[in-house]
Amino acid sequence: MSGYPESMQESLRLVEKTRPNRVGKALPEMTADEKEKILQDWHPDFKSDQKRALKIGPSKGMLVPHEVADNLEAHTIIKPGDIDLSNIDYDVDVLIIGAGGAGLSAAFLAQENGIPTEKILMVQKLRLGDANSKMSQGGIQAAVAPDDNPAIHYLDVIGGGHYENKPELAELLVREGPNVIRWHEELGVMYDKLEDGTMQLAPGGGTSRKRMLSCKDYTGLEITRVLIDEFLSREIPFVELTSAVEFIMDDKGQVAGAVLYDMDHDEYLICRAKVTVLATGGFGRLHIQGFETTNHYGSTNDGVVMAYHAGANLRDLDSTQFHPTGAAFPEQIVGQLCTEKLRARGAQPLNIDGELFVYPLETRDVEASALIRECYGREKGIVTPTGMRGIWLDTPLIEVINGEGTIEREFASMLRNFNKFGIDIRKEPMLVFPTLHYQNGGVEINARCETNIPGLFAAGEVTGGVHGKNRLMGNSQLELYVFGRRAGVFAAEHAKNVELGELTLSHLDQYEKWLDETGIETDRKAPILLPEYRGKKTLKHQIKLL
Amino acid sequence: MIMENNESNMVTIHVMGKSHEVPGDLTIMKAMEYAGHQFRRGSGCRGGYCGACATIYRTKGSYKLLGALACQKMVEDDMYIAQIPFSPAEKKSYDINDLRADANAFMVHYPEISRCLSCNTCTKACPQDIMVMDYVQAALRGDVSEAAKLSFDCISCGLCAIRCPAEIVPYNIAQLARRLYSKYVDGPAEHVLEKLKEVEEGKFDAEIAELQSLDREALKERYETREKRL
Repeated sequence: MSGYPESMQESLRLVEKTRPNRVGKALPEMTADEKEKILQDWHPDFKSDQKRALKIGPSKGMLVPHEVADNLEAHTIIKPGDIDLSNIDYDVDVLIIGAGGAGLSAAFLAQENGIPTEKILMVQKLRLGDANSKMSQGGIQAAVAPDDNPAIHYLDVIGGGHYENKPELAELLVREGPNVIRWHEELGVMYDKLEDGTMQLAPGGGTSRKRMLSCKDYTGLEITRVLIDEFLSREIPFVELTSAVEFIMDDKGQVAGAVLYDMDHDEYLICRAKVTVLATGGFGRLHIQGFETTNHYGSTNDGVVMAYHAGANLRDLDSTQFHPTGAAFPEQIVGQLCTEKLRARGAQPLNIDGELFVYPLETRDVEASALIRECYGREKGIVTPTGMRGIWLDTPLIEVINGEGTIEREFASMLRNFNKFGIDIRKEPMLVFPTLHYQNGGVEINARCETNIPGLFAAGEVTGGVHGKNRLMGNSQLELYVFGRRAGVFAAEHAKNVELGELTLSHLDQYEKWLDETGIETDRKAPILLPEYRGKKTLKHQIKLL
Repeated sequence: MIMENNESNMVTIHVMGKSHEVPGDLTIMKAMEYAGHQFRRGSGCRGGYCGACATIYRTKGSYKLLGALACQKMVEDDMYIAQIPFSPAEKKSYDINDLRADANAFMVHYPEISRCLSCNTCTKACPQDIMVMDYVQAALRGDVSEAAKLSFDCISCGLCAIRCPAEIVPYNIAQLARRLYSKYVDGPAEHVLEKLKEVEEGKFDAEIAELQSLDREALKERYETREKRL
């Protein structure tokens, strides 16, 4: 029985009809000029009315999406006068904010580099591992194949990023790839392997080699849960459901810890730290341009906001990644990720006539633009009962090409998540449309993961520079461990030579003053900590009495 | 784009005893939000990967207590819902380098595994449809490979542990099994270590330095004409 309504059946029949003739066929990759043009014409990043220049702060003048500007041009959620800094709840050498892949890696390396275990603190807004790290499906890139090497990987990263990457960061990313995989295997991560014991490798959009290692389509889950198991075994102190809300500075201009907010008790806590590692992830839950997102519930841009309040430089935040294939049907899972590995293993994007219209493994920005053009430029999208437009992703082809059982073996999560809503992706295609996936930019760091503020290190999606203006599949997973580990090493080194001065939150007064001087009148506050999804009726009648 | 809710097909759900009218095509998570609930605990990835939203429910007229992920399960009329966003469970500390891939690893760290009654309640509780009892039994007899492979899709939501009459925490056993399998049964891929050695010897340094010395136009030319082996 079909999982799709009658209104979509005619197009489905065309997909089935054209399938035998499409096996092994692909349209050619676009030329450099064609890519540039389709990005200009169709990529959401290139809509000039969707961004504005920041009016205040260290990156004043930088173009960012309105949603990010709204978050930065907003009042702070705490006022210095309301916070007693003399009562220290946690006094540590290294504070790590965010327990995804980057934060967990930083904790291990800080510990291995001489920080006593009890002098490390991990704080996490939700639970350990509640992060986009865990949701990565398709894979992690690392140049480990015999015909591959970090220089080849480097060229893919730089070209994919439109030559805007910070070269020293891109170099570290690719150079450390094989070492990260070695580390994972020592910890006990179960990578997919061929019968001869070598890694199973797939291509990704914009890669010139098969470089994607995977753990079925639960790659991020598998890596993250191993790191959490190791983290708990090492008995590193941590506190969950506790969000950092602002950095604490000292009178020497160093970051000296953070004000924490216990989400269970609505209570603030003070953490003094010689060094702080920011690893809070991205901004998907800001729903840039109203897009649905693949991101975790907690991806609300808190880290960038806190860092900006403290004076951190930002970069590349004008650039947002829209993953080409988010679910467009059924309604219950709209926006959720349909891994790029599906295309890497043979699934083709098709229009309403069941016809090919794009090379399946363009870089994500180009592929997403082609899907948007097909739906809104050429009017060849498939319309769902709720009026959304989508493109078929012909998953049954995966089994035609690679044999029966491939989907169950390699795409367990995709098969399960669609089955729950009555669609068997072995027999019927998925319907997809681009979805907000990743913030390409963020807080600027150097090769030591230092920001421009003494005492503040950062790693992972919250940072910018590694991927330039467009990230390739699998490079965010790699980034987490490469830069998380480095942040741990250099944070530990830094902590040994720090003398903290008097604690202060005066930078928040300064920020408020800037808002005032610039004439920004708003009732917005940030960081927002959690997105707002409550029903209209509740919000209208909301009152805080307890 | 963010869609409006379809309010033509309303159903009644009972969240911890309180009744709400919600659109019938929502997941439990979205329905609770529609009704006015703001999650702090109990919402995570919202895509079936993290286990934060473990939920138990009964439907009208049924005595059966069922488990689900709130982000993956659609509401039904007269569904009685409670979330279990946390399961009290002890995870043992160990150094994976000191262990061996055998039954002893489980018996030492999780001796309660031997209390397994083979009742299969864990398997019935699993929202991922994992053969939980089968992997617990595999671990008990020292078949680390089987335990690792059968449990691979586990998201540690905790519903199995909450339901187990022998008070076993299956997902902790599964985690240990997978790490043991990867490290000791499967072992590292040799070609990764060989490539790492080449990197450490500086074999690719000159090539990367040369790419970094190019101006943008030359780099673009190199990128556009690079060889692809896919």
